[in-house]
Amino acid sequence: MLKLLNKIWTFYIEGFRDMPNYGKRVWTIIIIKLIIMFAILKVFFFQDFLSSKGKTDKEKSEYVSKQLITIKK
Amino acid sequence: MEHIDWGLVDWSRAQFALTALYHWIFVPLTLGLSFIIAIMETIYVKTGNPEWKRITKFWMKLFGINFAIGVATGIILEFQFGTNWSNYSWFVGDIFGAPLAIEGIMAFFLESTFIAIMFFGWKKVSKKTHLWSSWLVAIGSNLSGLWILVANGWMQNPIGMHFNPETVRNEMNNFWEVLFNPVAVNKFLHTISSAYVLAALFVIGISAWYLIKNRNTALSKKSMIVASVFGFFSILFTIFSGDGSAKEVAKHQPMKLAAMEGLYQGQRQAPLIAIGFFGSQTDPNNPKEQEFAFNLKIPNALSYIAFSDVNAFVPGIKDLVHGNKKEGIISYQEKIEKGKKAIDALAAYKIAKKENKPEIADAALKIFNENFNYFGYGYYFGKDPYLLVPDVKISFYAFHTMVGLGFYFVLLFILIYLFAYKNKFQNKKWLLWVAVWTIPLAYIAQEAGWIVAEVGRQPWVIQDLLPNIAAVSQIDQSSVQITFFLFLAVFTALLIAEIKIMLTQIKKAKISDTNENTGGTK
Repeated sequence: MLKLLNKIWTFYIEGFRDMPNYGKRVWTIIIIKLIIMFAILKVFFFQDFLSSKGKTDKEKSEYVSKQLITIKK
Repeated sequence: MEHIDWGLVDWSRAQFALTALYHWIFVPLTLGLSFIIAIMETIYVKTGNPEWKRITKFWMKLFGINFAIGVATGIILEFQFGTNWSNYSWFVGDIFGAPLAIEGIMAFFLESTFIAIMFFGWKKVSKKTHLWSSWLVAIGSNLSGLWILVANGWMQNPIGMHFNPETVRNEMNNFWEVLFNPVAVNKFLHTISSAYVLAALFVIGISAWYLIKNRNTALSKKSMIVASVFGFFSILFTIFSGDGSAKEVAKHQPMKLAAMEGLYQGQRQAPLIAIGFFGSQTDPNNPKEQEFAFNLKIPNALSYIAFSDVNAFVPGIKDLVHGNKKEGIISYQEKIEKGKKAIDALAAYKIAKKENKPEIADAALKIFNENFNYFGYGYYFGKDPYLLVPDVKISFYAFHTMVGLGFYFVLLFILIYLFAYKNKFQNKKWLLWVAVWTIPLAYIAQEAGWIVAEVGRQPWVIQDLLPNIAAVSQIDQSSVQITFFLFLAVFTALLIAEIKIMLTQIKKAKISDTNENTGGTK
């Protein structure tokens, strides 16, 4: 099992090490993109709205229920 | 009484549309190119010809760039569900849970594992293992798409669930009905086959550019043959599945079909508009009707496409809004009243439950269940029923752009195949340039398809059950505006990066040719 894990590890490490330049550039973009998405956008701009209206599912359900039975002008 | 914040609804819609359209720039190339690569690699393994290996590796490089830059861009849509569309997210309940969980697992295990073998494994695994990996990447990425389209199909035709009035959520009671929802099946087939068409046109366009430059000619001609055959069968399947989709739209979303065709007055033996342009003036007697300045009709075709019967009645926008007793169509006003009954009954049910009055609760639940199919219409009580009509001009033009380009692609695939097969691109520089400039047209067709699907079903987030005005979260409009422009900046930067890296790799590529100068244009 350890031997297999070591093989997989080496496979990935060697793959990344021998990657051409464009591959490294693409990986840099992926990392920057994921940081922007999860560390900035998700944290500061896309919090779960219903969590601010209730902690439990029952509270959330009551909030949405009030919204759904209100017909706005 | 609370007022609808129309600005908030519009900005939330605009943000979702922006991210979905940008996301869809990356996805179809991944879906289609993965299969083209697998086919090319299969030829390499079968023939043992190293040229096919070089060809496979070249397209794999472009596939890798597109995959890497596009990966995870769809997650932003999920962020928006929880923030901008929280009522919708709650209302949907567990319907999306299973499909999206399967999608996540598949995407992670199938794609990420086998993509590593595809890129890192050329010298480390056997030819056959590598080939299997390439096929599994193609199948895995397409199956990922399946689950997303199953979720989308459910929104267009919600089945296989029941609504729980206690939790105000939908609960899946038949997974197979959700999975084999005819709208989802047709949507999946139509979407993936059109993605194959885009990938084929991408391969043909870049190959054509090499032929114009008299470079990599062997790669280009071989790639063109594979791509034109793959593209030709894909476009035929796209047309076939598009016909299936149109029939489902006619059955479940007649207003979308009427908007796609700009059909206001329903009729039997309804013609299909092949080409049409709206005028800038509207009739003062019918201010809500967009009139055509010019149109070219194919007799009976719409009735036949929609219902496989030239004598079938195709309802127009007016029939759907005002009703048509003769054809058994109830008016939107009646639907609005039924929807209002359902909403009021839900309110009465909740109060009765709280006050522990089971008889009143049961009576309210009965009324609710009788009218639930019209639940979403109730939010338009006291409003103009024409608010339930989607943007006719956008739906019409997007639909006709998609269809027109689709038929043009059929012709292009045939021409490219014939010339590539006969090795006669000399003096056909114009055709090669046409192929190059068809790449952006393929993307326009893709985006137009999504515009038809999504603009055409407005204002429904979930067909007949939840309109956008009830689905949106009560958040500050300015926060949606800020994130709209943030997304615009991030996605534009990603797109520029992708185009730049790809163009560099395309320009740099030197795939050794065995028959250089034997069919280029110089």
